[in-house]
Amino acid sequence: MTEEIIIAGFGGQGVLSMGKIMAYSAVMQNMEVSWMPAYGPEMRGGTANVTVIISSERISSPIIRHFDTAIILNQQSLDKFEPSIKPGGVLIYDGNGITRHPERKDISVYRVDAAEEAGRMNMSKVFNMIVLGGFIKVRPVIKLEYVIQGLKKSLPERYHSLIPLNEKALIRGEEIIHEVQKSKN
Amino acid sequence: MEGNKMKVVTGLKEIIKPENLAYHRSEVLVDNTLSYCPGCGHGTVHRILAELIEELGLQEKTIGVSPVGCSVLLYHYLDVDIQQAAHGRAPAVATAIKRLLPDRFVFTYQGDGDLAAIGTSETIHACNRGENILIIFVNNGIYGMTGGQMAPTTIPGMKSSTSPLGRDVRTMGNHLKMTDIVATLDGTYFVTRQSVHTPANVRRTKKAMRKAIEYQKLNRGTCFIEIVSNCPSGWKMTPVESNKWMEANMFPYYPLGDLKVPAEEKEKQQKSNNND
Amino acid sequence: MEKELRLMKGNEAIAEAAIRAGADGYFSYPITPQSEILEYLMEANPFERTGMVVLQAESEIAAINMVYGGAGCGKKVMTSSSSPGISLKQEGISYIAGAELPCLIVNVARGGPGLGTIQPAQSDYFQSVKGGGHGDYHLIVLAPASVQEMADFVELGFDLAFKYRNPVLILSDGAIGQMMEKVYLKPQKQRSTELLEWATTGKGKREERNIITSLDLDPDGQEDFNHRLQAKYAEIQKNEVRYEEFQCDDADYLLVAYGTSARVCQKSVQIAREHGIKAGLLRPITLFPFPSVRIKELGERVKGILSVEMSCGQMVEDVMLAVGCKVPVKHFGRMGGIVTTPDEVVEQLKTIFSGGK
Repeated sequence: MTEEIIIAGFGGQGVLSMGKIMAYSAVMQNMEVSWMPAYGPEMRGGTANVTVIISSERISSPIIRHFDTAIILNQQSLDKFEPSIKPGGVLIYDGNGITRHPERKDISVYRVDAAEEAGRMNMSKVFNMIVLGGFIKVRPVIKLEYVIQGLKKSLPERYHSLIPLNEKALIRGEEIIHEVQKSKN
Repeated sequence: MEGNKMKVVTGLKEIIKPENLAYHRSEVLVDNTLSYCPGCGHGTVHRILAELIEELGLQEKTIGVSPVGCSVLLYHYLDVDIQQAAHGRAPAVATAIKRLLPDRFVFTYQGDGDLAAIGTSETIHACNRGENILIIFVNNGIYGMTGGQMAPTTIPGMKSSTSPLGRDVRTMGNHLKMTDIVATLDGTYFVTRQSVHTPANVRRTKKAMRKAIEYQKLNRGTCFIEIVSNCPSGWKMTPVESNKWMEANMFPYYPLGDLKVPAEEKEKQQKSNNND
Repeated sequence: MEKELRLMKGNEAIAEAAIRAGADGYFSYPITPQSEILEYLMEANPFERTGMVVLQAESEIAAINMVYGGAGCGKKVMTSSSSPGISLKQEGISYIAGAELPCLIVNVARGGPGLGTIQPAQSDYFQSVKGGGHGDYHLIVLAPASVQEMADFVELGFDLAFKYRNPVLILSDGAIGQMMEKVYLKPQKQRSTELLEWATTGKGKREERNIITSLDLDPDGQEDFNHRLQAKYAEIQKNEVRYEEFQCDDADYLLVAYGTSARVCQKSVQIAREHGIKAGLLRPITLFPFPSVRIKELGERVKGILSVEMSCGQMVEDVMLAVGCKVPVKHFGRMGGIVTTPDEVVEQLKTIFSGGK
């Protein structure tokens, strides 16, 4: 089993840390993992993205151009990465600020309106965890219990009091994600 | 009567007796012929340093750093562990030595080209960090080893092979007063400017260097001793002429004396003045 | 003691591995994409834990000369930087090689020349394996291809450095430096307090003083010294060649790639084989000494060799030297901080060795 994922959005949306928690969760689940950020000034104010590969085998190239799953959090990233999803793959996106919605028919499209939900629940800090909750619902390559373990491992001790809030967000994400389109592939 | 017989001195063996000893070569000085030109100040500075290492019992614990320049071969003359550093980098090299072996006595020995030109950055930053080392800076206003080129410390109007018409400050810049600069840095503890061209100055230099070594034992920070010196070959003068020229021309730009005296030293002086 | 499992960036792995390997000192100047090494060490504050000194120097030049000073004391010292900073260190590296001092230098390389880009590249190969600074010398060059190897090569690097009294370079790149992977960390090793007999540690009770220098004004002496250095490099060449093979046994076409490119090429081998092309990969782990003998052997069996590097073709020269004219040797690489993709390599394999199925 190998799942090749791109997470992309604005810097500050928690893209890199979502990837990190995802990676840590996979480690907890005894999987191989690589986390490869696009680094540098691109991050500051602009777009941020990270490639996460989760696999039951040794990972060869951590740098790839085609993905099984794309998690997209802004319009630029949707424009950039929609064409990079493998036929039959999965696109998860937050509809907030999206004016041109996904167009490909050969992929499955899911929508998780995490920004709106985070605003409503007054928990904007765990916006990315709502998205991650959505991901693990539709691509159950990692289990919720391991995500909680991954959180414990990746968050500094002083933030451990926030884990219940994160868990709540993850579960909310699982609830609100919904299918927009089934792959015609 | 036997007692009235005059004692006859028969030769050298009679003279070389401990009770006749007026001067001895420090054990820390290796019996190698110095590569310095006649009349050069380096030999005297080496001697002072060697004597202090011996007198303070530091030979087993000393690590020196030699520069690139006339004193590159310092390790031929001092019987202590020495590292020869790249041009200008001695303070960086000494920084690591002292940090990794904090109970050793660590010094750098550098000329003006090494310390004040290519090594300006290393000098200023080591001093600014307050590295607990002694920097000995021999300033003769010229690049001696490479044949008498202009140094950053060459004084206005002074001739050198690359300022044959005299240093023109409008195009060649001004003489750089490194010692004044490092005295302004918070990391330096004791900063002084001395010379070794007369016995009295030799004594003063030795006294200053002794203090610097003692401060290092007390972890006080960087001590910096400039020694304004001559370069008879580079200046194209006899040793005596060069010393006179130095007094008349160098000292006005580089006046001798302490530039930064530790508070503890000032108190000590105050007390001894009061007792007087 | 059991190894500890962590998820870390390559840069962080180097930093933690340095502490655990019992390093005595780390001296460096920040530069992207490797500043995490210094940041991690400053936060970890190993001086409290092991007594390891960590110092942010005023320049790359000062940092490498601090390494010279520490190495001259026989201490386990290291520095790290990225390409433009490694260029600045070259004078000091030459001095370290010339004074035969052990130390570890890490290059988390980026694209050049000049200020270039901060994205990963492998265009420092020549600089790393052919000298870099002035004079006839070599570094031992290790090329990690994973975060695990970033950690493991710190200890290996120190071991080789002290075994041969020679500087060791870890040649990595921004991709491996920035990437996070699983890494098993070794338990903390005690820092050595031994005073090495050649090092400047203060004369102590020794008969002779120790001198660290690369200067010999006597041409005969300098030539003798150079012969001695060359003999050492020959010994290293004999003993320390390391490489990894991936599906080479039945390969018709051989890819040669190190570091990040080797990770890419591993996937290319899979894809190529799915397309019916029997490809294999040889990954040099040591770039100096280079696995020339093994490449020559494989060169006698395959129909073509493709050297894949994130450069305009540097290592390919060593591959050619190894195989002679027996088999076509070609280069493929992207530049400017672009990482080759596995598919591109397969396409090149098809195009270059047309008819190769």
